[in-house]
Parts: sequence; C-alpha cells; structure tokens
Amino acid sequence: MPESTEPNRPDTSAESTAQTTPEATAEPTAAAAADDATTRPAVTPTTDATAPLADPADEVTEINPDVDITPDDIGVPEVAEGERLLEVDDVTLRFGGVVALNEVSFHINKGEILGLIGPNGAGKTTCFNVMTGVYQPTSGGIRYLGKPLGKRKKFQITKLGIARTFQNIRLFANMTALENVLVGVDAHHSTGIGAAMFRLPKHRREEAQGYARAMELLTFMGLDGKADELARNLPYGDQRRLEIARALATSPQLLCLDEPAAGFNPAEKAKLMELIRTIRDQGYTVLLIEHDMKLVMGVTDRIVVLEFGRKIAEGSPAEIRDNPAVIAAYLGVDEEDAS
Amino acid sequence: MSTSTGTAASTKQRRLGFKERVNNLPRAVKILLWVVFAVFLFMLPLLNIPFITTEGSDFGGVLFTVATYVLVALGLNIVVGYAGLLDLGYVGFYAIGAYTVGVLSAEHAKLSWVVVVPIAIVVAMVSGVVLGAPTLRVRGDYLAIVTLGFGEIVRLTLVNSEWLGASRGISDIPKPPGVELFEVPSIDWSSGAPVVDLDTTSTFLKFGITDFVPYYWLALGVIALVLLFDILVKSSRVGRAWEATREDEDAAELMGVPTFRFKLLAFALGAAIGGLSGALFATKAGFINPQSFELLLSILFIAAVVVGGAGNRWGVIVGAIVVAYFPERFREFADFRVLVFGLALMLLAIFRPQGLLPPRRTVRAKRADARQAVLEEGEASA
Repeated sequence: MPESTEPNRPDTSAESTAQTTPEATAEPTAAAAADDATTRPAVTPTTDATAPLADPADEVTEINPDVDITPDDIGVPEVAEGERLLEVDDVTLRFGGVVALNEVSFHINKGEILGLIGPNGAGKTTCFNVMTGVYQPTSGGIRYLGKPLGKRKKFQITKLGIARTFQNIRLFANMTALENVLVGVDAHHSTGIGAAMFRLPKHRREEAQGYARAMELLTFMGLDGKADELARNLPYGDQRRLEIARALATSPQLLCLDEPAAGFNPAEKAKLMELIRTIRDQGYTVLLIEHDMKLVMGVTDRIVVLEFGRKIAEGSPAEIRDNPAVIAAYLGVDEEDAS
Repeated sequence: MSTSTGTAASTKQRRLGFKERVNNLPRAVKILLWVVFAVFLFMLPLLNIPFITTEGSDFGGVLFTVATYVLVALGLNIVVGYAGLLDLGYVGFYAIGAYTVGVLSAEHAKLSWVVVVPIAIVVAMVSGVVLGAPTLRVRGDYLAIVTLGFGEIVRLTLVNSEWLGASRGISDIPKPPGVELFEVPSIDWSSGAPVVDLDTTSTFLKFGITDFVPYYWLALGVIALVLLFDILVKSSRVGRAWEATREDEDAAELMGVPTFRFKLLAFALGAAIGGLSGALFATKAGFINPQSFELLLSILFIAAVVVGGAGNRWGVIVGAIVVAYFPERFREFADFRVLVFGLALMLLAIFRPQGLLPPRRTVRAKRADARQAVLEEGEASA
C-alpha cells in the first residue's frame, strides 16, 4: 500500500526550520536541569522569557480536537466510568540492593487523569516499566481490569490496553509518521504472512481500517500534512505528538504519558494540557508523569507523589499542594532555619 | 534498461527521480516497458552483446551464478535489511539447501527434482527456525557472531560427515525434468553487426550439461516469484513489524509487536530463500562439496546486500549483480580480484555509505536533511 498510494508530499520546508531536534532537545534539558538544581516546582510562569530561535507560537502544531479518535473495541471487559481500571498493589522492585519501588500502592479510575509526580529518581518511570511489563515486580503486583497482569509479555500487555510513551522519544525514526502510527494500530491486527502474500480479504480489511484510524489520529494531532515525513525529520514537538498518536493507535484503556512536556515552551505546554484533556474526553484514561507542576496541577484529577520509591502522598491537586510531606520532598526541610 | 527508455523522458524532466518518471508514464506504456524488459532479460544470454558478455567463461553460466546471488541477496535482505538482524552465516542455509537436494536426489535416494526442491526449502526454513529460536534472544554484534559460528559449523559438519560425502562431496545430482517447447536462436556479432544465428540455439527448458541458459531461465522465474512475494509481504503488517523491530526493538514490543515472533519469521523466510538458491546451485552444478560453501561466500552475500543498499530490494539486486558479475567479466585481472574488490568497497564506503541504491527512507531523509541544512545556513547568516 505505501508504495502505490503515495500522496504528493507537501513541501514542508518552512515549518521544519527553526526548532529542529538538536537545538530543541539541547534547550529544554538545560531548562530541566535548572529546575532540578533548584529542586523547586516550576511554578514560575516564564511567558516572557528566553524566546530561543523563533517565535515559539509559530512552532505549535494546532490539534483538531473534533476528530473522533475514540478507542476501538479491543475485546477487553468494559469498565464503568469512575470504577477502578488498574491497581498497583504493594509493588516492590529491587535491583540488587537498590530498592527502586517500595510497597507502592495506588489505583487509577476509569476516565480520570492521574498525575504521578516526584523528584528525580523517585521511581516514576520505573513504576511505568512495571505496569507495562518491562520489569517484573519483586513482590506485589498489578491488577488490571480486576485481574492480575502476572508475567505477561510487553506486547501482550499492550494488547490488553495499556499503552505508553517514552521519556526520551523513541519513535521508529526511519519510518514515516503514518507508518509509525500504523504499527500501533497493527497491535490488534493479525494479518500474517499468508494473508499478506495472497492479499486475502483480512489483509485488505485490516489495512483499510488501520489506514483510516491512523489518518484520524494524525489529523487529530494536526500531523496529517506530515504523514509521509520520516519521523526523525519532524520537529521536536511533532515527534512528541506523534509518539502520543502512536500510543493512542493501540486503542488503550490506559494511556501512560512519560514526561510529555519535556522540552516544551510555555505555549506548547498549554497546548499539551488542552490535548491531554481532549484525549480524556474522547474516552481514554490517562496516567501522566510530569515534572512541570503547573501542568500537573492544571490538568490532573488526582495526584500520586513518589519519593525514593515510596508513595508519600495521594490526593487532589489542591491537597497535594498543601501537603507538608510533598513540600518537604520538593523543597527540602531545613531544621535550623525554621522561619 | 534505462539507456533506451530513460533518455527520452530525462531531457524533459531531469529533476524527477527515475521512479517518479516511470510512474508518470501512461499505464499501457509501463506494461509495455516491463514486457520489453522481461524479454530482454530472458534473451540476455543469447544476445551476446559485446563488452557485456563474458569472454572467458560461458555467459549463460555466469548469468546463472549472478541469478543465484540475486536470489540470495533478496533472501538476506529480508533478514538484514528489513528486520535488521546481521546474519554472517547465511551460507549455511545455502549449503543446507544444496545438500538436501544432493542427498535426496543422488546420494541416498533418487527422488525427483520437483519433489526435492520444496523439501530443500522446508529443511532450510526449519534450520533457520532451529538456529533462530535460541539465538534471536541476543542482539546486534552477538547475533552476528553466533550466526558466523553457524555457517562454519555447517561447513565443518559437511567436511567431517561420511554420510554427507565428507570432503569429496556429492556428485551426479540429476537434472530437473525438462520440456522441449521451442528453440531460441542466438545473435552472432562476429561480422561486426548483429546477425541471427540459427545454428547456435538454446532449447526452452531442456536442462542439459553443456547449455546453462535454461538454468538461467529457471532462476529468473524463481527470482520473479520471490520478488513478488517480497513486495506483497513487505507492504503489509509483517513488513512494518520488521521495520519497527529494526528501528527500536523495545519500543516495538511496547507498541504490541511480538518482536521475537517476527524476527524468527524473517530468519525462517530468509533461510528458505537461501536454501532455494542453494538448491538451484546444486541442480546446475551437478556436483557439490564443502569447498563450495566457504565463509568467504557469506561475506560476499553480505557484501551484495550492503553494496546495493540494505532494505531496498532493487538495491540489493544491483549489489548482487555487482558482486557476482564483475569478477567474472574481468577475469583477466583475476589475480587482482580481491584487491580491486576491496578497493571498490572502500570507495563505496566513502562515497555511498548507504549502498548504491539506498532505501527510499534514506534518500528521503537525506533530501530533508539537506533542505534543513540550507535553511539553517540562511538563518545563521541572516
């Protein structure tokens, strides 16, 4: 299909200029490092500051929130809104002597946006890795849709409806944007060598369905004009969005976003908040790891805070903001200076 | 192919790529071009075109060898180019295909060629699965080393097994059953101009011992089938899964691709095509021994894929032709063959690191990179 129906690629010379991957990544990591150095939630809005190469507003790809991207039926039991979708039960994970996660328990309700925050090294991404089958917990376990995940393989967990993005973008760099998303849609397809070889109806049906869904997702993300661009040639922000589109393509019950705003400027972050809300409204449950407090506070329904692999707080954004343990974790406590 | 068909169009639209230019032609013209091209390939060994035709050795035989390399390259391209698994022991599958034919049709049984070749494909495929199932859990360089070992193990087993003929090999492998449909005349250039020579002919599908042209035709047909298979499978879920695995195995797995299964599939299909190629080789040669399956052959196979451009089926075909044909054409310099070959590889690595015909993605990415570089330059100066 890709060979025959290659549409005319639009000339995207203009928009791929200023914020190319190298500068874009270099700039944000510096910003993140600055945040970490002061170990302080990035609540200071930097609207006026440091416009790097070009006007940042130009870079933000507009999404099309009206496009219907509701998840396909992937054959898992339906969970009612507000019921528990996934439960993390006393999960402990040790690497030798290091305790990466220490009896962490929390749950995610269907239809909510749950924030998972904590200082660097708190075990947030490790938690994602346990949930998506990258690591097996040393003790405890994950219950999904009321059943333990057990020793399922990564791709099987994805098929059950848990999808994720990565802290460092991990797209299929030498495949086009469309192909990237198609791989995600393919998670629920079963065309094998025989069906492909003889172009059986199953192959045609699945290709057509996959293409339609992939284009919907790209349109939703505002990337439909770049469907034929190689993933690695997309601007940084578009790569982030494409990663989310690829994860959404697997029609997940639970979408896990690992620092989706890393390297975004304030304008882009605002767009991202809107995007995450829209995704939730379209029928997804979102688990969000994020450093940017403003974003987390603004978009989540509930927040779980980790520190040194331990859960130290859980509650609504307002509760978390006033929680002494959280403030201590982020600001550090200074016992002598008790003013 | 391009000399006669391409020039007319190229003057007008120089900036379009070859593929786009061909795609822009009307459908009827395209079909006609393919037919002309197919007939040209079919007739190639009999046209005796000066300069192209090898002087020292039988051109039909050379073309057959080239065809087996093309077949091998297509198979290896699935493993190396699509799935990104570096297989340095591919000659093992080639040998297994050839020896299956030898054992079942000459050494220990007298089965017909028609039966033996499918068995050879299956045996090679099974051996691919047997090798792949334990080893595909290791990645990258480790896989390369394990497969390198496999190739040598196969060869040493052949050398040391009396049952497989040890170092004397297997001889008197029977020819495939032929049908004598029609005779194809050749062209004689000895007078300076092409003259149809009705005395020197090849019989369509009579597999003899002196005329190798029918074997070339057989290989050509097999290549066409394998190519079709390649195109159909690559442009499907299977092809995408391979590419995703090659790009980022962990990410692919987390996007629902059962990577191990697809890697094993690529390995098995590659092995099957390698086995098929080996079976054809054994059929034509009529005699095989372990020396036909040295490690060097594995390296040449990999070279064909890399020289042509791993991941592009047309590229690896060109690569196979380069690797197999040029040493035969320039036999006069036989003593310097390896030297010239090494030099050519170095030049290629410097000037075309992605191969002669890099895959579409590389070409496209390069274009975009260049565009970006220009824009960045403009910005810096502004």
